[in-house]
Amino acid sequence: MSKELKPDQLLDKIDHTPSCGNWMDTPVHIRPGMYCYAAKAESVETLGLPNARPWNPTDDDWKLPENWKEIIHNAIKERLERFRTFKIFMDICVRCGACADKCHFFLGTGDPKNMPVLRAELLRSVYRNDFTKAAQILKMIPGGEKLSGGRPMTLDVLKEWWYYFFQCTECRRCSVFCPYGIDTAEITIMAREIFNLLGLNIDWIATPISNCYKTGNHLGIQPHAFKEMIEFFTDDIEEITGVNVEPQFNKKGADILFITPSGDVFADPGTYTCQGYLILFKYLKDKYGLDVTWSTYASEGGNFGFFTSHETMKRLNAKMYAEAKRLGVKWILGGECGHMWRVIHQYMDTMNGPADFLEEPVNPITGTKFENAKSTKMVHITEFTADLIRHGKLELDKGRNANRIMTYHDSCNTSRGMGLLDEPRYVLQNVCDNFFEMPSNTIREQTFCCGSGSGLNAGENMELRMAGGLPRANAVKYVHEKFGVNTLGTICAIDRAALSTLMEYWVPDVKVYGIHELVGNALILQGEKERETDLRCDPLPGMEEEEDE
Amino acid sequence: MSKNVIVAGLTVFVIVALFPFWFNIGNTNAAPEAELSAKAKAAKKCVLDKYDMRANHMSLLDDWRDTVVRDSKRVYKAANGKTFGMSLSTGEDSCMGCHVDKEKFCDKCHNYVSVAPSCWECHTDPKEVTQ
Amino acid sequence: MNQKYMLPLAGVFLLFLLAYAGVEGVGLQWLFGIVIPYLAVIAFIYGFVNRVMCWAGSAVPFRIPTTCGQQKSFPWIKQNRIDNPDTAIGVFIRMLFEIFLFRSLFRNTKAAFNRDENNKLTYSWEIFLWLGALAFHYGFLVVTLRHLRFFLEPVPASLAFLEYLDGIVQIGLPGVFVSGIVLLAAALFLLARRIFDAKVSYISLAADYFPLFLIIGIAATGIAMRYFTKVDITGVKEFTMGLVTFHPVIPPGVGGLFYAHVLMVSVLFAYFPMSKLMHAGGIFLSPTRNMANNTRAKRHINPWNYAVDVHTYEQYEDHFREKMIEAGLPVDKEE
Repeated sequence: MSKELKPDQLLDKIDHTPSCGNWMDTPVHIRPGMYCYAAKAESVETLGLPNARPWNPTDDDWKLPENWKEIIHNAIKERLERFRTFKIFMDICVRCGACADKCHFFLGTGDPKNMPVLRAELLRSVYRNDFTKAAQILKMIPGGEKLSGGRPMTLDVLKEWWYYFFQCTECRRCSVFCPYGIDTAEITIMAREIFNLLGLNIDWIATPISNCYKTGNHLGIQPHAFKEMIEFFTDDIEEITGVNVEPQFNKKGADILFITPSGDVFADPGTYTCQGYLILFKYLKDKYGLDVTWSTYASEGGNFGFFTSHETMKRLNAKMYAEAKRLGVKWILGGECGHMWRVIHQYMDTMNGPADFLEEPVNPITGTKFENAKSTKMVHITEFTADLIRHGKLELDKGRNANRIMTYHDSCNTSRGMGLLDEPRYVLQNVCDNFFEMPSNTIREQTFCCGSGSGLNAGENMELRMAGGLPRANAVKYVHEKFGVNTLGTICAIDRAALSTLMEYWVPDVKVYGIHELVGNALILQGEKERETDLRCDPLPGMEEEEDE
Repeated sequence: MSKNVIVAGLTVFVIVALFPFWFNIGNTNAAPEAELSAKAKAAKKCVLDKYDMRANHMSLLDDWRDTVVRDSKRVYKAANGKTFGMSLSTGEDSCMGCHVDKEKFCDKCHNYVSVAPSCWECHTDPKEVTQ
Repeated sequence: MNQKYMLPLAGVFLLFLLAYAGVEGVGLQWLFGIVIPYLAVIAFIYGFVNRVMCWAGSAVPFRIPTTCGQQKSFPWIKQNRIDNPDTAIGVFIRMLFEIFLFRSLFRNTKAAFNRDENNKLTYSWEIFLWLGALAFHYGFLVVTLRHLRFFLEPVPASLAFLEYLDGIVQIGLPGVFVSGIVLLAAALFLLARRIFDAKVSYISLAADYFPLFLIIGIAATGIAMRYFTKVDITGVKEFTMGLVTFHPVIPPGVGGLFYAHVLMVSVLFAYFPMSKLMHAGGIFLSPTRNMANNTRAKRHINPWNYAVDVHTYEQYEDHFREKMIEAGLPVDKEE
């Protein structure tokens, strides 16, 4: 645990040179601080997923179904037919090693099984043994089994899979560097689907999806509580700005349905980003009459189903279109989130579309058609805000963010699963003057994961998270020391939570901000009083002295 | 990628991979036989054995050139006891002195295996000169 | 770890000896020169087509390109049309770059961690893998094309031109072909990397060493025959032309080394479709590279998209109605 393991101790452990020997002969050791607790039985039951029972990853007996090997074999077979990615990625890796030092978990832990190629080989070795002709031919030669690079499925192999496929955040950085585009995220996704067939999910994923299914969001916030929490922000904003932002819920006939991760409603510093949204919508309502509604039913932008199985992802995601249809809105606006946007951008329309009951999204204020979203009909809030700023539709006071010396963290999913790179930067640079990029090997499509994505942002695996986040933190530290950067901007709800912890551990002087928190600070509402503090109730630049006196 | 595109791509692959098979359709598999002149036939023995000669003549000529230029040694004593002038084209006991017809003797095989020897950049075919 | 490369190395030696001894000692020219090459070609074509069709038989349920640049959004934000293409043409160019220039490998970096007062992780551009790979593949391509002179009659002028370019350094006699040297050197570099780079060595399997040794063996025997031991190439062409015109002949005076070369090539061909060498076909089909990033603009169809159980709004409202009414949230059904 991080409490016990000091940063220096963690750094001492890093060694990027694997020892000699055969990785297949190195047994897995499921170590505290590196793994997440097992899924609770009742959470697994909510969605009717198989083999719900109490179990413990460190126990010898995982209480697997009798025919677990058969289940795995059939699951691999089925997925090879359903996903060309999976089949090709199993077949064509040449083990060139280009991906090896691209993974943040390898860089942070030095564990060779965290090299993307080896992570994939964990599964590939069983695939070779069970599904390829070469292995079957070699098996006929004495000693040939070793030559094929295959190995039979055993309980130890399964445990090794479980340990390491829950040490991958599906960030796709390896895929950028792979000469064939092999995406370890895709292999991790398959492995996790297989785990769920055996009831081997982690609780940090299983309970959020169970909550999300029942109550509409990961945190299990019930409708009245959801409303109350947002109204609580309304009070805070009124205190700071003197304006009641009047959020609307489940409103039929609104122009736009807004969906954001529930983390923004629940936990700092996401809550400030949430207040930024509320301020923006109030501004647009007063000035241009834009009618935005929140939903308590579709109150989750994120989708931990994506980390469970394609089917679960679809089941959770269905609420977005269903709610948009029920409310009769024109189109959907999505908040700042990483994996939420991977799901929306690359999966939603295919899974739950066509969204023919919605209109092709047009910004009613600027007249801009969002051409790139005309089928899915969901627009990213930084696209929306960038368009408003570009057309001069927002009155912004950059000075209110003058004490923020910014850098920007591209979240994995929006950069490598979407390409949303310059829109948030454009917004950021229009609400804040001091902006410095981190080194080019650590941003944009080469960005490093926070180390806590894909459902790994639990408390019990803190050593893993801090190690995995090291490359990101290291780059922040660089700009912190060089340019005096004190603020890390991001457009991901998991980042806002995870990077805050990460910064506290590695670069304690840097705070994490959502982009729309900065927008909320800068945006001048009609009829607002002179603001003395920002949304965090810290004095605005130029207001500090007065307070001191 | 749709299945049709893949099938089209594979068709191209197979056609390209089998290129040598269809390119040569109608070709009879006859390697050219270097034609020996009457003089060469009569001599029966050359500098080296037939297959040794076919494989190594270029190295032999290279050696000859160096020997002549560096050591001004002009006579080659073959393993079979015969002696030859170490020259490609000068004198009756040179290569071309016996193998008089370049086209029928040299070029036939060289063209067949796509070899462009640099011999003729300096040397001339004696036949061409007399004509 | 030795086992991982000693066994493949021994295997390649064995192949060499098998053909050499089989020809020189037992006179099995017909087996190594005719039967095995034909079988190898059949195995190669059938295996390759079969493998690709097997891939094609799998669905592509989602459009999930790895985007490596700015997406298409507004006209005033410059899109990276190649690394994040939204059109078929963009994808085509992206694929051309990947296939012919190994663009993704070109990005390769090397990470280093210095445990000192700064504890800096640094990344430097690492071009040698890219250079080695490019040299290896293009060397192989040119060598293969050059060998067509043994399989075509008459030899096309374009091939003669390629030989002219390949031999442009004009050293030695017979003149040195650069491609063969490049191929051998690059293969040795890739092998050295596999053995001496601790990370790559750790991930390498016997199946990674075997084709390398095989190709090194092929290149070495080829170079030996051309420059050192010499072979009657008119006889060789008679033999190869015999194969491609289906009138196989065994030329006299061609020795064991040549048949060892032919056997290793045959094994490479036959081994190709069941090995990682299929990356040659796979690179065309990789869905993270060959799809346009336009999923939000154009709906992608999943052929097996099945209906799933969802928690509907009605169920949700039924569950929370009282609380919703009490909180002043609108409901569809007042009870």
